[in-house]
Amino acid sequence: MALPAILAGQLQTYVEGQPLLVLPVALLFLGALGFGLGSLISKSGHPTIAGVPYPVYVAGGVLAANAMMTAVGESTWPVLGAIKWWRQYEAMLATPLSVTDVLIGHLGIVLIRAFVASSAFVIVATLLGAVPSLWGIVAIFASLLVAMAHSAPIMAFSATQDKDTGFSLLFRLGATPMFLFSGTFFPVEQLPAVLRPVAYATPLYHGVELCRGLLAGHPAPLPDLVHVGYLLLWLVAGFLVARFTFRRRLVV
Amino acid sequence: MSLSVTTDTGDAPLIEAHGLTKKIRSFTAVDGIDVSVRRGEAFGFLGPNGAGKSSTMRMIASVSPPTGGTLRILGMDPRTDGPKIRARLGVVPQLDTLDGELSVRENLVIYARYFGLSRKVANARADELLEFAQLTERANSVVEPLSGGMKRRLTIARGLVNEPEILLLDEPTTGLDPQARHVLWDRLFRLKRSGVTLVITTHYMDEAEQLCDRLVVMDGGRIAAEGSPRELIERYSTREVLELRFDDEDHAPYAEKAEGLADRVEVLPDRLLLYTDDGEKALAGIQKRGMNPLSSLVRRASLEDVFLHLTGRRLID
Repeated sequence: MALPAILAGQLQTYVEGQPLLVLPVALLFLGALGFGLGSLISKSGHPTIAGVPYPVYVAGGVLAANAMMTAVGESTWPVLGAIKWWRQYEAMLATPLSVTDVLIGHLGIVLIRAFVASSAFVIVATLLGAVPSLWGIVAIFASLLVAMAHSAPIMAFSATQDKDTGFSLLFRLGATPMFLFSGTFFPVEQLPAVLRPVAYATPLYHGVELCRGLLAGHPAPLPDLVHVGYLLLWLVAGFLVARFTFRRRLVV
Repeated sequence: MSLSVTTDTGDAPLIEAHGLTKKIRSFTAVDGIDVSVRRGEAFGFLGPNGAGKSSTMRMIASVSPPTGGTLRILGMDPRTDGPKIRARLGVVPQLDTLDGELSVRENLVIYARYFGLSRKVANARADELLEFAQLTERANSVVEPLSGGMKRRLTIARGLVNEPEILLLDEPTTGLDPQARHVLWDRLFRLKRSGVTLVITTHYMDEAEQLCDRLVVMDGGRIAAEGSPRELIERYSTREVLELRFDDEDHAPYAEKAEGLADRVEVLPDRLLLYTDDGEKALAGIQKRGMNPLSSLVRRASLEDVFLHLTGRRLID
């Protein structure tokens, strides 16, 4: 009963307070790399990667990477803010809500925001011709799993922070390298052999593979099952750790 | 309120603590206090910053588990029945935790929804409480630019959305100007008259005297004294106090000269306090002994004097 209220509160703020800033950034990547760089690639004699035209290839990667970036943004400053700057969590915990309710509520917000960002992206990408089939709709939901798989562990981390300096490091050393090197714009196989295992271990790599297959319209059931399982693992483990760090921080 | 009689029995205290203790790592914030609050009274925790008042409040609010002793709220144990207890409490935290991006009204409605109230009930409550908090005209303003007094009133209104049996107020008027404080006190009196039990922490003696039927004086995590403001003043102070300022760095020598003119003499860095039932008479005695204070003031004893007597320190440093 409380969950819709948390969502309502946050959603209201979101709808009224913030334009959809995530959308243009994702489209810039699609435009510059998918279509800009893609036009060069189409003249190269190897116009497709694994049978996928480059704009579609990039659209699938950016869909997943953008979901991750949304999750990172929504799971860092807003969490620390709700703990110590604006103290919304304190207000919520004075009601019958439990720490777990509050955590689930906040994850719900990230889910909604990721849904808005991903849907908008897929719609525009479809208009630009980068989404060949209706599998694009399924890809939106796959990108939500990507968002959740990143959001939960990052919330766990955010609840341990005292200042926001850790978040800059997270962006610089975690999110940005993942965004660029998890197969978003080029196959991970192009990476030096030593770095490949690192890329395979990132949740984003699995998210990118999953979303790209779906968006391009030819999902691969068995590998996709592995991708989904791996992302779920991050989500569940992240959730359990977050519940622990939230309790340790909020119940004193 | 009619739904809630299953767990508490008639006249049993709403809040009962025995040996209540809160340790935060090696620091003992609350050191084994006994407290009992009855239905309908306004109960105060008076003490300086760091006395353990807020830690006590957080335990009563069932958001901070005690580390020792027993605590019963509305007949329930916060360790096991936290959500049930919190459903029947209102909390006004020391620092405002309003959502600055939402409107005044939305803050109330959404908070009501956290208690599981239906949208319809939440809206109706919001209207009543806006009226009560004198914020009807600002209902649709965003919270952020409101004055401190308005925000505080909104926080109190928010604490009332679930029609609580007990309202916990942590330093309700800290940081407000005198006029805003009086507006707030007036609202709290109304609440008390409507039967809500108030639990208040404050480091302002005038606030404690104004609002509290009964209070405990806290210092260093312990309770130094308990009673009504009047009882405490009678027990620990004289009826009147003569305050004297001299044109001197050190007021201690004057205390010796004033020996015998009052029941008790306290030396503060900037003045001398003479505790006596007749301040004017003591002042005449001072003049007769040839002492010439820069200023003199005869006033009634207050809780500040009680605190000074109990702890040897002033309440606000």
